[in-house]
Parts: sequence; C-alpha cells; structure tokens
Amino acid sequence: MLAFIIRRLLQSVLVMLTVALVSFGLFRYIGDPIQNMVGQEATVADREQLRQSLGLNDPVPIQFARFVANAARGEFGISYRMARPVTDVIMERLPATLELAIISGTGALVFGIALGVYTALRRDGWLSHAIMSLSLIGVSLPTFLIGILLIYLFAVELQVLPAFGRGETVRIGWWTTGLLTESGLKSLIMPAITLGLYQLTLIMRLVRAEMLEVLRTDYIKFARARGLSNRAVHFSHALKNTLLPVITIAGLQIGSIIAFAIITETVFQWPGVGLLFITAVQFVDIPIMAAYLVLIALIFVVINMIVDLLYFAVDPRLRVQRSGRGQ
Amino acid sequence: MNDTVVHRDSLFARALDSDLFHSFIRSPVTVISALLTVIMITAAMLAPVISPQNPFDPATLNLMEGFTPPMQPNEFTGNVYWLGTDAQGRDIFSAILYGSRVSLLVGFAAVGFAALLGITLGLISGYLGGWVDALIMRIADVQLSFPAILIALLIFGVFKGVVPPAMQDQVAIYVLIVAIGLSDWVQYARTVRSSTMAEKNKEYVQAARVIGVPAPLILLRHILPNVMGPVLVIATIGLALAIILESTLSFLGVGVPPTQPSLGTLIRVGQDFLFSGEWWIVFFPGATLLILALSVNLLGDWLRDALNPRLR
Repeated sequence: MLAFIIRRLLQSVLVMLTVALVSFGLFRYIGDPIQNMVGQEATVADREQLRQSLGLNDPVPIQFARFVANAARGEFGISYRMARPVTDVIMERLPATLELAIISGTGALVFGIALGVYTALRRDGWLSHAIMSLSLIGVSLPTFLIGILLIYLFAVELQVLPAFGRGETVRIGWWTTGLLTESGLKSLIMPAITLGLYQLTLIMRLVRAEMLEVLRTDYIKFARARGLSNRAVHFSHALKNTLLPVITIAGLQIGSIIAFAIITETVFQWPGVGLLFITAVQFVDIPIMAAYLVLIALIFVVINMIVDLLYFAVDPRLRVQRSGRGQ
Repeated sequence: MNDTVVHRDSLFARALDSDLFHSFIRSPVTVISALLTVIMITAAMLAPVISPQNPFDPATLNLMEGFTPPMQPNEFTGNVYWLGTDAQGRDIFSAILYGSRVSLLVGFAAVGFAALLGITLGLISGYLGGWVDALIMRIADVQLSFPAILIALLIFGVFKGVVPPAMQDQVAIYVLIVAIGLSDWVQYARTVRSSTMAEKNKEYVQAARVIGVPAPLILLRHILPNVMGPVLVIATIGLALAIILESTLSFLGVGVPPTQPSLGTLIRVGQDFLFSGEWWIVFFPGATLLILALSVNLLGDWLRDALNPRLR
C-alpha cells in the first residue's frame, strides 16, 4: 500500500515536471519576454539590464530550475496584458470557476446516478426510452449550443434568468461567492446546467450499463431468493457495486469539467479562469497561459491520486491483492 | 435483391451479402443516419453548384435584404430565402453549405492526421516494445489525462505566438487540423499497439520474419490490415468529435478565420443577434451541426456493435 502510494506520487511529480517544462518552454521561447515587459522607448542597455536581472542569460537548465521553484511558490510573473501579478489575477477568478464546477459536478452526479438507476430498473418503460434517446442527443450536442439554447429560452423568450455574468457577489476573506445573493444564484443556474449536462448523460449511461450488468449476477438472484425486498436488493446490494467505475469516471470528469468551463464561461461571460485563459490565448498572454496550464495539471494530478486511493477504500479485493503480492 | 446478383462473385455482391450489410439494413436508425451523413457530405462538396448565392462574394450581397426571416419575402426586394438572411443579407442556407464544407474538411483532415500518427506510433510501439514502447505510452498517458480541447487550445496559443499576425489567417486552418489531430492520436496508438502485440507472435508474422521480410514491410503489409477493424470504429466516432471540437474552437474565436467561416463561426456570429430576436441566424447552423454530429455518432455506435463479435 505504502509502496503503491509512493510510486503514484513519483508518477505525479513526473507529470507535473513535464507540464512545467511545456509551460517553461512557452514562457521562454514564444516571443521575447523582455519585449513584452518593457515599453517601446526602453533603450538597449535597459533591456540588457532587465535580461540580466531576470536571469535570462543563465544556462537554460538553471532557468528551468528557477521556473519550477517559483511555480512551486505560486509565482508566475506579471501578466503581459494586465500588468498585474498572474497569481493575483488567477486567485481573483478562481472562486467563480470552482463554484460553477462544484455545483454542476454535484448536480450531474446526483441526477446522473438517479436517472441511471431509474432507467436500469424500468428498462422497458416509455420514460426510460425517452430519457435514453434524449441522452444520445445530449452526447452529440456541443456544450456551447446547449448554452445558446438555454439563453434563448430563459433569457430572451421567458426573461426569467440573466443571460450573462455572475450577479452580485459577497466577499468572504479572499473568496468571492455568488451563492448568497438571489441574483448570484439565478445567474448560476444556466451555466451550471450547460456545464453539467454532458457529464450527467455520461454518468447516467454508465450507471445504467453497470446496473444492468450487476442485476444479472448470481448474488442478486440469491438476495432475491432470500426474500429481500426489491428496495434492499436494488439499493444496498446492486447500487453499491456499480459505484466503483462511477468513482473513476466522476473523478476524471471533475478535471474535464474545469477544462470545459472554458466554453461555458465564454458563452455566459462568466468571470472565471476559463474566460481568463481564452482571452490569454487570443492575446498571447504567455504568463497567464503557463500558470493556467500548471494549475489545471495540478488539479488533474491531485484528483487522479484521490481516485486511486478511493479505490482502496471502496474495493476490499484490491487491498487483499496488493498485500498478497507483497506490494 | 435477386438471386443472380448474389451468386455473381463480384466485390459489390459480396458486400451486399456480408454480415455487416445485413446488420446495417436491419437497423433503421443507422440507415437514416447514413443517409443524412451522405446527403450532408454531398451537399457540402457541391456547395458552389447548389447554393443560391456565393455568400462570401460581397457583390452578391444586398444590405437591404439583411435580417430577412425564413420563408418570408423581403420587404424591399420581395426575394424569399428558405432559411432567412443574416445582418449583411447573406443567405443562411448558402452560408451553411459553405460552412459545413469547412467543418467537414477540417474534421476529415484532422481524423486522417490523428489516425496516421496514432497508427504509426502504435505499430512501432507494439512491434518494437522495450524503451520505445515505454516512452510512447508514457507520452500518451500524460496527454490522455488532459481533455482534447485544452491541448488544441494550447497548440493554438503557441501558433499565435510564433506565426506573424499577417500570415495567421492563411495558415489557421492547417494549424486547426494539426491541433485537433494532435489532441486525438492517443486513442489510435493505444488500440493499434495492443492489437499489434497480439498479432506479432502469430505464425504468419513469424513466417514473414523467417524468410527475411524487413520489419517496416511486415508492419505495413501483414500486421496493419489485421488491426484496422477497431481503427475504423475509432475514426468514425473521432470524426464526430473532431467536427464538434472544430466548431467549439471556432466558436471560442480561435479556429478558422472569419473570412472562411465554419459552422462554429456562423454560430458565434449569430449568437449576438439572439437578443434582438433574429433566432434563425444561429438556429439553422446549430441544427445542422447537431444533425451532422448525431448522425456520425450513431453510425459509429452501430459500427462498433457490428464489428464486435461478442455482442452478436
């Protein structure tokens, strides 16, 4: 178990170093960092001095080491476009994205499991068929189209929800939250649905498939033979065993929710890190791009670690296997 | 189908009598999606012939005809446009035909590029094994933990930083193809690698090796044909993904230049008019994109089930 964790940790460090190398490469070789920092009227001597003081004349491995050390402390330099420290800008935008991701992720998980179980148990009901057909459309519908459709329905035609922005926010320490005001909550509804719908269909189809598989097994038949109620068989016997793959997918999906937030945030002009990143790509604001990349990689790596460790908690067979092989 | 056709042993007759064709004809949903896909591809290819106007030739546009609703005569000229016109009086139907041309072109090219790269690396990785295999698969692992959209965006960011702005519009479409292709090769590489590892120990490969066929030739002539089945499935579903990814990138404003709009660009532009009630400018390109992606996805689903012997 310990050896497994250590190996997993080493792997994660390797991934982070690779990503750091990519973002260092971006920072160092795309455009001239000096050119982007000083104004037009800086003299050659000024530039050379800045270059020297930033350490851009040092050997590349040393520069990379310095980049990694700075990144580990959360320092990514100054945004070219906004002329403010990258870390400040990202920290300011992060709560908006995290709130959106967590709300839509939780929603997708809860409704996805509920609908998955329902469609598996009532396999031939018309409602199940309707839900399954709809889910197929959900998979093929690009995220931004869902957003546009919702805006047209609820903001333009019915005029009940705001079409863009985050509404009023309340500041708690450095965290700004939109969950405590009415306009904030209203603004959250459509982006959360847009972002979560794809994940919802994915989880639903997965739970349904797993559930159908499990319901066919012998131990379910045996549970029924023992005269257990339908409820007990379905929820405490069958559902429990469908949750392992669901954890894997759900874990991996948290990462992609944060990435897909780029699209949702663009559609709804939601002031999160995704919108920040897409403007950075358009304006070639390299420090923001580099920092965003490292941040996303960190979130991915941490989630993957947690998912792997959850396996041990959920599936006793894994623990036996590993210790049995002396790992 | 009459008997004489079946008994003739032409390739066409054999195709008509195959398991694949039977499972195809028995699934109405698949037949409809195949029809829709073929119609859309043909319409896109024939865009210059069948579209009522060339939407990107300013000479054919009449500003007076801007915002004509679908199926209604324009108040000044009395012209009727099936799907309406946009702000510049551009016929939406023609714009969609030309737009799906760009979307399909990028989609096919990106899938081709991803498949070529993935199959090559997968064959090498599976056949050689050892450190080459380990290296390629580690790269694949790292890439797989990031969503395709992020990788494509990153490649685009690099491109914007490297290529001078004056040239960007001309090469944007190729960069888009490469970006989407690079974000999607891993699937092919993994599948081909595992089938190659299974095939390379079979007798026909051993025999070829014994009589001295060079390794590249073994891979191309002997192993490749035997690992193509799953690749076909991945490529079909990959086409739907590539089309969606392309439209997403264009929607985000980092895809094809506005002078050469794809379906995604049309949607991006049309979104602004939603608030003033001109719904048709965004609705029809959106519906086209959805039908295209859905049909290709359904085809892919069917192909996967039909080629999977376990599900028969």
